[in-house]
Amino acid sequence: MSEFTQQVINGLALGSIYALIALGYTMVYGIIKLINFAHGDVMMVGAYVGYFSITLFGTNLVVALIFSMVVTAILGVAIDYLAYKPLRKSSRIAALITAIGVSLFLEYVFVWLFTPSSRSYTQNVISQKAYHFMANQVTITGKDILILSVTVILMLLLQYTVKKTRVGKAMRAVSLDQEAALLMGINVNRIISFTFAVGSALAAAAGVLIGVYYNSIDPLMGIMPGLKAFVAAVLGGIGSIPGAVAGGYILGILESLVSGYGSSLYRDAVAFGVLILILLIKPTGIFGQDTGEKV
Amino acid sequence: MLKCRKLTAILIGILLVVTMVGCGKTSTNTAKDTVKIGLNLELSGAVAEYGQKGQNGANLAIEDMNKKGGVLGKQVEAIALDNKSDNAESASVAASLAQKGIVGIVGCMTSGRTEAAIPVGLQYKLPMISPTGTASEVTVDKATNAVRPYVFRVCFLDPFQGQVMAKFATDELKVKKAAVLFDSSNDYSKGLAQAFETNFTAAGGTIVDKEAYIEKDKDFKATLTKIKAANPEVIFVPGYYNEVGLIVKQGRELGITVPFTGGDGWGSPQLVQIAGAEALANTFFCNHFSASSTDPKVQAFVQAYKAKYNSEPDGFAALGYDAAALMMDAVQRAGSTDPAKVTEALAATSGFQGVAGTITMDKNHNPVKAAVIIGFDNGKEIVKATIKP
Repeated sequence: MSEFTQQVINGLALGSIYALIALGYTMVYGIIKLINFAHGDVMMVGAYVGYFSITLFGTNLVVALIFSMVVTAILGVAIDYLAYKPLRKSSRIAALITAIGVSLFLEYVFVWLFTPSSRSYTQNVISQKAYHFMANQVTITGKDILILSVTVILMLLLQYTVKKTRVGKAMRAVSLDQEAALLMGINVNRIISFTFAVGSALAAAAGVLIGVYYNSIDPLMGIMPGLKAFVAAVLGGIGSIPGAVAGGYILGILESLVSGYGSSLYRDAVAFGVLILILLIKPTGIFGQDTGEKV
Repeated sequence: MLKCRKLTAILIGILLVVTMVGCGKTSTNTAKDTVKIGLNLELSGAVAEYGQKGQNGANLAIEDMNKKGGVLGKQVEAIALDNKSDNAESASVAASLAQKGIVGIVGCMTSGRTEAAIPVGLQYKLPMISPTGTASEVTVDKATNAVRPYVFRVCFLDPFQGQVMAKFATDELKVKKAAVLFDSSNDYSKGLAQAFETNFTAAGGTIVDKEAYIEKDKDFKATLTKIKAANPEVIFVPGYYNEVGLIVKQGRELGITVPFTGGDGWGSPQLVQIAGAEALANTFFCNHFSASSTDPKVQAFVQAYKAKYNSEPDGFAALGYDAAALMMDAVQRAGSTDPAKVTEALAATSGFQGVAGTITMDKNHNPVKAAVIIGFDNGKEIVKATIKP
């Protein structure tokens, strides 16, 4: 029982990271129907910005988190402006291929700038405290709590923005019908930029949290979590915000249980197996609306 | 584009200057009657760091020997060529060294490059000593199981590390239950895990859990939770420092207090940065060499190395030193600079005192030597034990 509890806790921490990245995927998809494959690499950039903020400027974690989110949001808007906006009227496959290009570009520019070797966040930015339960068999660390609470707070903020604010209303309108939204006087390009900014900021938060949690970042760190988050977004129903979070947590816990009771070598196979199953059985995902559109 | 051209021009300029300086050196030195040793090393390219450290070590060994009067009454001279960490380059470097009247070649640092140079050694009947080529095929032809007549090495082989760590677990840690967590995408890690398992069970221990991971994995908590539930008394993790650092750190966070052990893949200053000094308490790995050893011969080497290069020597430097020292020792014992006689002397090496252990060549041209077990005290490496085969 205690082992199971521990595995669920492990899964929640892992799932939080997937959820944060999946939110960005799902938002961008919801607005312009583009799978932004560079999203995992935007997360990596966020991790590096946080790293330099802490090591070069000696800021604390909260400042580093916010700084990284701001810088990465600007990067997200720039990527959209330079790479995706010119292709807005082209076929979706062209934008998709461009996204893969942007992904490789970010990865190898960072390899070139900062070498492919990994770097570690300093340990003292977060309390190393651990709490033990059930006769010392279950451990929750301060970092587990941090990662969970940051995810939940950011998700609630996002949900509030989308459902309750003017800009959120505009986002939903653009998502439903771009041209109609334009006719209603909504500045569609600005809304798309805003979406990229928010999605990238969330990815940056995930990047900094990965840096703190695993204490190791490298230029290719975004590939695997990026793909897993994509699975999470599809699982939850791409385009749906609660779906992305639920998908992230389900995938995280599933992976933990597979590693814990099967073998860690099957973990990735199971994760991508889930993607195939979902696409076959319910392509709209758990929370997705059935609009007849498939990924 | 203009920038590109400028850069190319500068690079070509540098190259010309370097070649000219290089030429100058060789022409002045060849005038004297010297014993020449070729260095075929990875001085640039992917593993340039290994080659540069090996060269530092080898040059220091030659300098030491020259201060003592050289070999056979002659000064020793190193001719170093860069194989650019490339197999084809390695073969051509070996061939051009063979034209320079050398007694033998020290190199290469990696198994692949060493194997690429083997046909050249065979053609010119030149002895080669690889400082750190650990693959078994370096000295033994896999197809025929015959020893390669001209190839030697001064480092121990990969499976030996698994054997050493099994012995350390049973004799020093005195434990009976072990878990193994290895990198299934890496032959080195698999080989060590296999050797550990075989030797540990042969000594009466049991493997309570065997788990695998894949290079670049970041989250090991689920696997470690499973291992923890199996209650091992030691966890053997024969991986590289990146993953090992994360494994040890996450293991300690989950409340695993038993020792983690591993092989020479742990040997990097990065390990302490990733895992943290606290988590590394009660962890041990084996290595070829430790600069913190109290052995006077090692300390003399460390001091000399620091004085000359202003940095601490690692295994690559120490084994580079040993490879060059062994070559000169063989020339002395052969009483001749004839490569055939030097090869014979190398094969007959017994009790050669190197800085990274005492070497006796076995019939497969592999040294029979001890491994150093290194532990951590507040993040600093300390020598815990020396384990002989």
